[in-house]
Amino acid sequence: MIDEFFFAPFSEFSFMRRALVGCMALSLGATPIGVFLMLRRMSLTGDAMAHAILPGAAAGFLFAGLSLPAMTLGGALAGMAVALAAGFVSRSTVLREDASLAAFYLISLALGVLLVSTRGTNLDLMHLLFGAVLALNDEAVLLIASIASFTLLALAALYRPLVLECLEPAFLRSVSRMSPLTHHMFLALVVINLVGGFHALGTLMSIGVMILPAAAARFWARDISTLLAIAVSLAVLGSYTGLLLSYHADLPTGSCIVLNIGALYIISLLLGRDGLVTTWYRSTRHLEA
Amino acid sequence: MHDLALEFIDLTLGYDSHPAVHHLQASIARGALVAIVGPNGAGKSTLLKGIAGSLSPLAGEIRMHGCRRRDIAYLPQIVDIDRSFPVSVFDLVSTGLWRELGALGGLSRTQRQRVGEALAAVGLAHFARRAIGSLSGGQLQRALFARLRLRDAPVIILDEPLASVDVETAQTLLDVIEQWHAEQRTVLAVLHDLDQIHRHFPETLLLSRELIAFGPTRETLQPSNMLRARQLTEAFDEQAQACRRRTPEAA
Repeated sequence: MIDEFFFAPFSEFSFMRRALVGCMALSLGATPIGVFLMLRRMSLTGDAMAHAILPGAAAGFLFAGLSLPAMTLGGALAGMAVALAAGFVSRSTVLREDASLAAFYLISLALGVLLVSTRGTNLDLMHLLFGAVLALNDEAVLLIASIASFTLLALAALYRPLVLECLEPAFLRSVSRMSPLTHHMFLALVVINLVGGFHALGTLMSIGVMILPAAAARFWARDISTLLAIAVSLAVLGSYTGLLLSYHADLPTGSCIVLNIGALYIISLLLGRDGLVTTWYRSTRHLEA
Repeated sequence: MHDLALEFIDLTLGYDSHPAVHHLQASIARGALVAIVGPNGAGKSTLLKGIAGSLSPLAGEIRMHGCRRRDIAYLPQIVDIDRSFPVSVFDLVSTGLWRELGALGGLSRTQRQRVGEALAAVGLAHFARRAIGSLSGGQLQRALFARLRLRDAPVIILDEPLASVDVETAQTLLDVIEQWHAEQRTVLAVLHDLDQIHRHFPETLLLSRELIAFGPTRETLQPSNMLRARQLTEAFDEQAQACRRRTPEAA
């Protein structure tokens, strides 16, 4: 009975196995990126970037149909272009980075919707926006896994400067020349993870696997390595239960996954070590010293 | 003649073409312990930013002898640290070892010991595992001094390091500063408490946009100099014309 409920869907159907592997790879790569986005107070930047990659993916789709390499490349190029353009405008004008990023991603999003509607159908747009995790082929799973592996290696190499860039950027600039490199590499990692994620969950939902586990983990962890470990675990748990829910209740998979991680966020918000209930309980007592 | 660490050659620093430090000419000996004194708005912080390299001169130059920009350890007046960041006091202080470790190196056993010693020297030995968010203002300043110690810099510049710390913390930090002096490091510190300066700083540079006096503390801080310093900062002119003062070398 238990076996049937928890494991049979994956042992019986290869599309469920591919979906599970894809989601786990996504959790390993995209979630740590989300943790750093949150620590840099850029949680909504991920959202903006997710919209920004749409016209690139749409252009790839128009030229080559539902082709994995074309859509991936197009999305990555569009994301990078928006990130660099926003960075350039904020450095050389009075406009701050958040405002210039918002301007570019809105233009980008409108362009993307326009591109899809000229040639594609509503179904294509739905695929781009919300993904098709149950339709992942081997090629797509391989792409997601490669992106996750590269992300983990890059994060290992950039870990210390990235932490310092979040904690105290002026200090990093005073002791090292790595600050600009770190910033741009990090933006590139955000973009490729979103591009990897949109094949599975779509441009809108993939950001959920990035930011939600990070925000939930912040209620449990007080140092960065624990934060990363908890965030990844929550993402894996949410993906797995989300896939199960979607299978048994016959509901859309992407939203089931994000909603399950969302439920873990609500639980953490209430019961986590620095959550609402625990903090309230602690405030009623105190230690002697 | 002493070995020189820093030379200000006809140095003008400022914002929007308004000078905050005007035609400063002075040289700092290697191993000197110098207090920088002046009224608010006299250009003290601006001078330190110029030395640290975060502000480029409008005219003149800063010459460094036997050290590079990155060898200078600078403690700004307001440190832009995200206090809610989940990191321990130990980890914050160990970032002072960046020049030794780079981006990838791990902490060796001796380096861990040195971080522990630096924390003990500022009285924070029991705070190593605490999150930085739980430190008070004075405790954070102690942690930043511990980090400065680890940087092993030949030149250390401090912008109001003793502002808003209590007497005991001030004494601990002054002890650290005196130890740097004993180790032949060049230390420049912006300070306001004349009593502290008389007791701990052999030399003082009195600044009020222009250089008023620079030399032994007792001579520099005499009342006539202090009065002149106050009068000069009050003479700020919004409609100022372009400065035509010629540099000594050109003259």
